[in-house]
Amino acid sequence: MLLASACGGGNDESSGGTSTGGALEGRGPINFATGKDTSGNLTNQVAAWNSQHPDEKVTVSELPESADQQRAQMISNAQNKSDAFSVLNMDVVWTAEFAANRWVTELQPSEFPDLGKLLPSTVDTAKYRDKLYGIPVTSDGGLLYYRKDLLDKAGLQPPKTWEEMVTACTKVKALPEGKNIGCYSGQFEKYEGLTVNFSEAVNGAGGVVVGDDGKPNVDTPEALAGLTALTEGFKTGFIPKAAITYKEEEGRRAFQEGNLLFHRNWPYVYAKAQAKDGSSKIAGKFAVAPLPGQTGAGVSTLGGHNYAISEFAKNKATAADFMKFMSSEERQKANIEKTSQAPTWASLYDDPTLNKQFPYLAPLKASIESAKSRPKVVKYGDVTTAIQEAAYGALTGTMTPKDALAGLQTKLSSLITQ
Amino acid sequence: MSTTAPVAERPTPETTKKPKRQTSFNEGTGRLAALLLSPTMIVLILVVGLPILAALRESLYTSGQQIDESGFIVQGSKFVGLDNYTAIFSGETGTRFWNAFYNTTFFTVACVVLETVLGVMMALVMHKAFRGRGIVRASILVPWAIPTVVSALLWKWIFQADGIANEMLGTQILWSTEGWQSVLSVIVADTWKTAPFIGLLVLAGLQTIPTDVYEAAKVDGASVWQTFTRITMPLVKPALLVAVLFRILDTLRIFDLPFVLVGPNKESVETLSILAYLEANQTRYGPAAAYATLLFIYVAVVAYVFVKLLGADVFGDAIQRKTKKNGRNGRGRGKQTDPGAPVAGLTAGGGLGGE
Repeated sequence: MLLASACGGGNDESSGGTSTGGALEGRGPINFATGKDTSGNLTNQVAAWNSQHPDEKVTVSELPESADQQRAQMISNAQNKSDAFSVLNMDVVWTAEFAANRWVTELQPSEFPDLGKLLPSTVDTAKYRDKLYGIPVTSDGGLLYYRKDLLDKAGLQPPKTWEEMVTACTKVKALPEGKNIGCYSGQFEKYEGLTVNFSEAVNGAGGVVVGDDGKPNVDTPEALAGLTALTEGFKTGFIPKAAITYKEEEGRRAFQEGNLLFHRNWPYVYAKAQAKDGSSKIAGKFAVAPLPGQTGAGVSTLGGHNYAISEFAKNKATAADFMKFMSSEERQKANIEKTSQAPTWASLYDDPTLNKQFPYLAPLKASIESAKSRPKVVKYGDVTTAIQEAAYGALTGTMTPKDALAGLQTKLSSLITQ
Repeated sequence: MSTTAPVAERPTPETTKKPKRQTSFNEGTGRLAALLLSPTMIVLILVVGLPILAALRESLYTSGQQIDESGFIVQGSKFVGLDNYTAIFSGETGTRFWNAFYNTTFFTVACVVLETVLGVMMALVMHKAFRGRGIVRASILVPWAIPTVVSALLWKWIFQADGIANEMLGTQILWSTEGWQSVLSVIVADTWKTAPFIGLLVLAGLQTIPTDVYEAAKVDGASVWQTFTRITMPLVKPALLVAVLFRILDTLRIFDLPFVLVGPNKESVETLSILAYLEANQTRYGPAAAYATLLFIYVAVVAYVFVKLLGADVFGDAIQRKTKKNGRNGRGRGKQTDPGAPVAGLTAGGGLGGE
């Protein structure tokens, strides 16, 4: 085994059936590069592996909390062809870039028998040009947080469409308790969150930003309807003006202060808004629902993280085993119990005890199952900047939604040449 | 007569040759100096020289911009000459570049002017002897001690929609949106943070002014304003100019504040450093290096002009230079040529002999 690993570390991987990666060979200690573990549970997860595999110990390299800096460090590691990082914890939107640069190893689905038990939409985020490059370990989907107390008082059900949401807010505002409440907010500051919210608006109206064929197709009536709903929201005050400065945390605070009736955010908000230590004024007064769309159910944008193997890593067989271990039902269950991070293992969403602990699991499953990935393009950074540019321009009124989409279509066409 | 003429002419070439000869006089010392300095030189070449050269080289190449049929990036980098530079000035990128150039310059002028005025005022306050001076000094210096990114986060908190700034002003300004408000927020935060720096350097300058000058001025019946403009300012000027120069160079590179406080891709506050960062973040190292080089040149030109125009004494050698000059021009001529002449005579000997 030792001999094999000594040879397998080099470039002589011609024995594999595919162009890159080849068979995953070599066993021994590996390194796991991941963003700062804010949950504090990663140590437990890795310790569980290390106690079972004393000869294949995993050490953790904690990268900064900012996603940009994590990506920068992983790229610099790859460009130096360093074997310092073995397994990379990658944001779903990096897959295309890392795969196209051959920074991560292609994986054979046959080697990962449990792949079928993960939510298909999450597995899809780990693919580039139909080839698999990672294993999804955590997922994320948008949820509609709403003030159940106020909706109940007005005798309303959670809205299924944007239209219903607008009427619901008008009705709640007619109540004395809801007089000063803001109706709705997502994340509209000019950053990645705006790309997410814009894509959800477009997808929820039946449009696409980039089609399944990989070609941008955003200058459509459907996309226009989606974007117009947001711009009109700002114009009419349905979305409070301050929301243009909201990232996740600003929006969460506004919701927790009781200033918002509806709020689009990620599952992590649930625990914080439910906190009974006085930090949240709405603990016990809210609930979650799937996102509303224009005519029917909304479409969430998919978040989450995939584990991938660095092309330049040693001991890739161990790396693959570690990925299987971390994505296993047992580990994912242990993880959600501690951190409330959304799992990718489908059956966990139907677990009755977990559902009791995390009442948002059912809507979250619906959200993730129907969720769409952001464009899988190599120049994702440029694409998301272009999307933000167009969406921000439309939302702040410096251009009409029609012009914004037309401009975006041109821009995306020049960026995505396939 | 024919012999005196060359002798009279001689000193001129001699004085230019002289430094050379002096080193040859102390060859051992010179060699020792070179030896002692070499570690510093090597370190400087390694950490300053080579990176600059590498960046210049990088700016002439592109890499990783093409995708082959199966979707992989074409490996290797390609020499493109000055294409990265010309691309910066053309079309949409050109507009963006000049906007960033304008922002950078505007921030520099606005911030440095404000910081200088406030900094001098702070220094004057800190210089006064009064009870609790220690506390005042410490509290003025606190902003300078805080890392820029942290201060950016602090100000972001102050300037958020439901933040203290709006609360106190009784407004509903969205500070991080495009427009004058985001520019203003950056200027406020930068001034808050770095005025103490100017204050600190000016304070050091103030402390070197002897008190008897002020006493003499008092005796002569000078007003407070006269004392300030005729004594304090001229005497504190060398220190102040160095402080201002440092601030100008620093502000030309401004990055953290607009990036963290307002955010990337915001036209109103986008600076040259941000453009370079954004390019590098998209792994387009060639264009990023080109932006960085342009910024480097801009900073260098500004620094040069500043030093030349205002005579900022950066290296602290003005006094030495002045005394040297005096020596040469005044009494020096005779003194320097005298020991020089025989030496010159020796070297020129060959020529004379030929005559």
